[in-house]
Amino acid sequence: MAEPVTTKKTATATGTAGRSKLVAGPGVLLVWVYGVMSVGAVSRSVYEILVRFDTAPLAHSLSAVAAVVYAFITYTLVRGGERARRAALVCCAAELAGVLIVGTWTVWDPSAFPDSTVWSEYGMGYLFIPVLLPVTGMLWLRRSRGQQPPAVAP
Amino acid sequence: MLDALTIAVGVTALALAAWCGHAAYRDQPTKDWHFIGMAVVTVLTLVQLVVGVVQLARGEEPHDGTVTFVAYLIGAFTAIPAAGFLSLTERSRWGSATVASGAVVLAVLEVRLYDIWGG
Repeated sequence: MAEPVTTKKTATATGTAGRSKLVAGPGVLLVWVYGVMSVGAVSRSVYEILVRFDTAPLAHSLSAVAAVVYAFITYTLVRGGERARRAALVCCAAELAGVLIVGTWTVWDPSAFPDSTVWSEYGMGYLFIPVLLPVTGMLWLRRSRGQQPPAVAP
Repeated sequence: MLDALTIAVGVTALALAAWCGHAAYRDQPTKDWHFIGMAVVTVLTLVQLVVGVVQLARGEEPHDGTVTFVAYLIGAFTAIPAAGFLSLTERSRWGSATVASGAVVLAVLEVRLYDIWGG
């Protein structure tokens, strides 16, 4: 496994099997963090909904929404291709809006949230990753469009 | 016993994060030595998983509930191997960065595990 140091040129892999790869270069790190957030949010919300949904229905529903968004973005990133790239871009925007809205809501009206959500206080409990992730995600997805070979006009 | 293990895993995970982060900084992919480091940390998390389950079997109760405790133990055990496999598919600095972030995730999980077990 002692391969030579890979240069930046080889790191930006081009598409395989017709689909442009989104999981290459910095995309690997991105999909890893999204994967971790998906596992964390999904297991958290499954546990919350099964065990103590009634204590804070709003907070636990919002956690479930976050879990679905993370899982979907991870799936689109792994799948790759232009349509998946666009879907992921839309979801990242939705995720950012969600973090900002829920974050502001939890700061403005804490009494509505007896229990915290993934997106409480802009994701402070998750080291602010929820608010930073969609921004880096959108930057990467916009950039990876530029790296693709020029598309044939439809 | 479990607390000592949790601290040990947390410290080694941070060391692994620094090491692989350094490799990413120097624009290098993960190499054999990094994988040996990952194996060491993974073995520690496996020991932690076994010790945790044995403690549960003895009738000890985690402060924040058994389900959460076991979920975190399994998550801690799988974090580094998953990041390691990803770094095998991405032979560049970004593979190293992925392992570094996986190790940071593991360190965070250990802090949470400490709270979940002890309260």
